[in-house]
Amino acid sequence: MTLNATVDPVVEIDRVSFRFGGGPRVLEDVSLKIERGDFASVIGPNGGGKTTLVKLVVGLLKPTSGNLRVLGTTPEKARTRIGYMPQHAMMDPQFPVRVLDVVMMGRLKARPSVLGYSRADRRAAGGALAQVGLEDLGGRPFSALSGGQRQRVLLARALVTGPELLLLDEPASGLDQKVEQDFFDLLRELNRRLTIVLVSHDLGFVAGFVRTVICVHRQVDVHPTAELDGSTISAIYGGAVRMVRHDHKVEP
Amino acid sequence: MSEFLAAVVAYPFLRHALIAGVLAGIACGVVGSYVVVRRITYMAGAIAHCVLAGLGIAHYLQVARGWPVRPVHGAVAAAVVAALIIGLVSLHVREREDTIIGAVWAVGMALGVLFIALTPGYNQDLMGYLFGNILLIGRGDLWTMAVLDGFVLVVGLGMYPQLEAVSFDEEFARLRGVRVDLCVLLLMVLVALTVVLMVSIVGIVLVIALLTLPAAIAGQFTSTLRGMMALASLLAVSFTTAGLALSYSPDLPAGATTILVAGAAYLGVLGARFLLTRLRSDI
Repeated sequence: MTLNATVDPVVEIDRVSFRFGGGPRVLEDVSLKIERGDFASVIGPNGGGKTTLVKLVVGLLKPTSGNLRVLGTTPEKARTRIGYMPQHAMMDPQFPVRVLDVVMMGRLKARPSVLGYSRADRRAAGGALAQVGLEDLGGRPFSALSGGQRQRVLLARALVTGPELLLLDEPASGLDQKVEQDFFDLLRELNRRLTIVLVSHDLGFVAGFVRTVICVHRQVDVHPTAELDGSTISAIYGGAVRMVRHDHKVEP
Repeated sequence: MSEFLAAVVAYPFLRHALIAGVLAGIACGVVGSYVVVRRITYMAGAIAHCVLAGLGIAHYLQVARGWPVRPVHGAVAAAVVAALIIGLVSLHVREREDTIIGAVWAVGMALGVLFIALTPGYNQDLMGYLFGNILLIGRGDLWTMAVLDGFVLVVGLGMYPQLEAVSFDEEFARLRGVRVDLCVLLLMVLVALTVVLMVSIVGIVLVIALLTLPAAIAGQFTSTLRGMMALASLLAVSFTTAGLALSYSPDLPAGATTILVAGAAYLGVLGARFLLTRLRSDI
């Protein structure tokens, strides 16, 4: 094991295929590497296997064939070192829980502790909320927050686990453009110390700060962002795609 | 009301019924809150109806075969078996989950009816099993209930962070290393034991209402799961007590009265909330 960035992949996928039960293959013969410090975006059409790929990386699904290594070990062993942020649309909006309690779930231990969360857990959760700019909302019901605020809370929950790899599934779905911009500024800041893998069906995020683009449509292609152009995209999505440019930030 | 209070002083069976209502009510608030936030009312219903199989089989073995078992033992066994089957189904066969749960529900009920019919003698117990007979609770039953209640509370509150996280976001909890499958099965067993606790009070058919209504009302007033549990427990205890008190003088069934009190409270809270939002939006 060396710490040289070029030979220190955080995620290594080797000829992985996956299918649900006896169904058709969702992923076919996928091989890719994500290096430490990368900011990778997983894009592709809906139903193309993006979320499946993410779930394989965290070990929620097992590959039908092939091999995955995450942070130098198996996905199951690595999973507690991954900060995972699921799609917030999956949450029950009526669940009675306060913001700070949601963040503290990131401090859960495998073994039940008789006294529940400790003072240190509470402090760490407060710190993570401050990192995402929501330190004043800890006592609010999760259900009372806006979509953008909920995203930030779930990001704080992922951060409080002290992850080496941040894995975000469609973090920008349902956000307006201003909120989205703030969110991605925050991610760019975090990318200074964390490897980030981001799933998105919106090609717009590709522009600007993402370094590697992983295109998933049953099979996988990996591109450095600079190489990506219209023809690659239409090949993946199977048709003309309206590209949204996000590099419209005006310097003062 | 004074007649009821005098009767409580005079008759031990009423005191037993009141204590049973308190024991069941507390467990009901804690476990019912998990049931409501996880949206597994249907599973709890199936478990409740399987209790009839346990009651019927144990009663048959006791009366017809002379085994030293009591119906409550059968109830615990049947509820736990049903809970484990339903828990495993929900974890592993997601696609046909509702069909299988429906089947478990009906088969449990059918087994119970069969064994009750096979048991010699009058079968006046059937109505008690289905709709509750709080007046049949003896001192021995109270001890069994206290033990079940203690277990439910120790596990349900002791594993609160894990169960809360699993209920809120199962996948995330799994990634934190929480043994989600074990938590889900444990929660189903807690539901089973709580159902058994309540069966003597409101009966198999009415259990679901007492499990969900207090938690649903509490959910309108609290923003945390623990707050919901505390308030739901308080409400459940109040409902069983009110049900007993109100039904005593006119000689009404206590279980049905309890459920009607709970249902009226739920409708009242929803109605008041609806009117309040209407008033606010008018201003």
